[in-house]
Amino acid sequence: MNKVLLGLLLGTVLGAIDGATAWFTPEVRPEMATIIIGSTFKGLVGGVLIGFFSRKVKSLPLGILFGLAIGALLALAIAAMPDAITGKHYYKEIIIPGSLVGLIVGYATQRFGAAPATASVTR
Amino acid sequence: MKFLSDRALERLREGAETPDLAGTRYRLLERVARGGMGVVYAAEDEKLQRRVALKVLDIPGANGDLATRLIREARVLAQLEHPGIVPVHDVGTLPDGRVFYTMKFVEGQRLDKFVESVPSIPDRLRLFLRICDAVAFAHARHVLHRDLKPANIMLGPFGEVLVMDWGLAKILRADSPPEAPAKDPDATIYETPSPPGNSIETTAISVVTGHGTVMGTPGYMSPEQARGDVEHLDTRSDIFSLGALLRFLLIGAPSAPHPTGRHLDKSLEAICLKATAEAPEQRYPSVPELASDVSRYLDGLPVGARHESFLDRTARFYRRYRFFILLIAAYLIMRVLILFFLHR
Repeated sequence: MNKVLLGLLLGTVLGAIDGATAWFTPEVRPEMATIIIGSTFKGLVGGVLIGFFSRKVKSLPLGILFGLAIGALLALAIAAMPDAITGKHYYKEIIIPGSLVGLIVGYATQRFGAAPATASVTR
Repeated sequence: MKFLSDRALERLREGAETPDLAGTRYRLLERVARGGMGVVYAAEDEKLQRRVALKVLDIPGANGDLATRLIREARVLAQLEHPGIVPVHDVGTLPDGRVFYTMKFVEGQRLDKFVESVPSIPDRLRLFLRICDAVAFAHARHVLHRDLKPANIMLGPFGEVLVMDWGLAKILRADSPPEAPAKDPDATIYETPSPPGNSIETTAISVVTGHGTVMGTPGYMSPEQARGDVEHLDTRSDIFSLGALLRFLLIGAPSAPHPTGRHLDKSLEAICLKATAEAPEQRYPSVPELASDVSRYLDGLPVGARHESFLDRTARFYRRYRFFILLIAAYLIMRVLILFFLHR
């Protein structure tokens, strides 16, 4: 499995689980479906970006750092939108788990996943 | 009267066996190994200035069956152009009448020595698949090896896997020359094993019975081959040998039980058992099907040789996706901790 696909799959699965954990915040339960879809999409986009980074940069610390940053940035973009019902912002509840997803995907794509084969041209 | 020591006698014998390469393009370098019916020397091809392996009958003046067999071996090899089969360069007769052929000189290790440096089972299985590739190619060209064993597999310094010693090969085509007939139904020929530390390999046996000629290596030879049932040998005989070879790669011996009592994975055990079934019809019908089962095992998929229980399927699912399962579990643990601290 290549690094981009690995990032996409892992980001999507963890993003979906991340969204599902909103159930533990009772005031947002009526919006569970929207939260799960949004979180899954956020995980997918983050996973692809982190996967591409891992293809280009071979460094575990940088991979983890990049994953953390991407996860935090995407989560911040979501958290910046106030909740439609309560009007509140849930920065901690969204940014901390979102960063964690990015960190895990960053680690996984650096540690596992196939690097692209070197192309060779014979004349 | 003064007696010669064993060492001196051995040197004299080696001197008498040393082939006379006068008038050929080859220059003898050193003796490398003894095969089923001849000795292999390292020689230099003076025209092309390269090192070659020169196999020559070890009996000066030998003709008839042995000479025909060596020429046949060279011809069989010449037909098998495959990266996993050692290529033959030349065939001819020496001034002393001995038949010889030259082939690529392979500098590497025999499988039985090399395998000690490969601790990973998946790596050993991938090695096995490459042996299967070469044997499947030979089968596609209607050639049976009939002496597949670790000592006949060489691993080159750049990862090449080469199937060697096709001296007992049998051509399956209807138009192929018939096997050498058994002349004396009661004769028995055993080649004596070489002393420890000697690089010369002589564990193959050749036994002439009333039924046919038994040639091969105990432990790796199929039951029908051991019975001398030469006429009914087919590709499934080599599949038996491959099964024994697979078991050797996994446990260090061609047959169960494991010498150190180590546990062998049930699916791999099932593959070995199917490949080495007593009846040929119970074995894999072809080498690609055996290789496919090994590949399926490597990919974490169910193997055809074994019916899995629910528990086995679950364990295999976990092994296949262990990485994802552990990462998701790690995430969930951290998520629970975060929830706990945020809602405290």
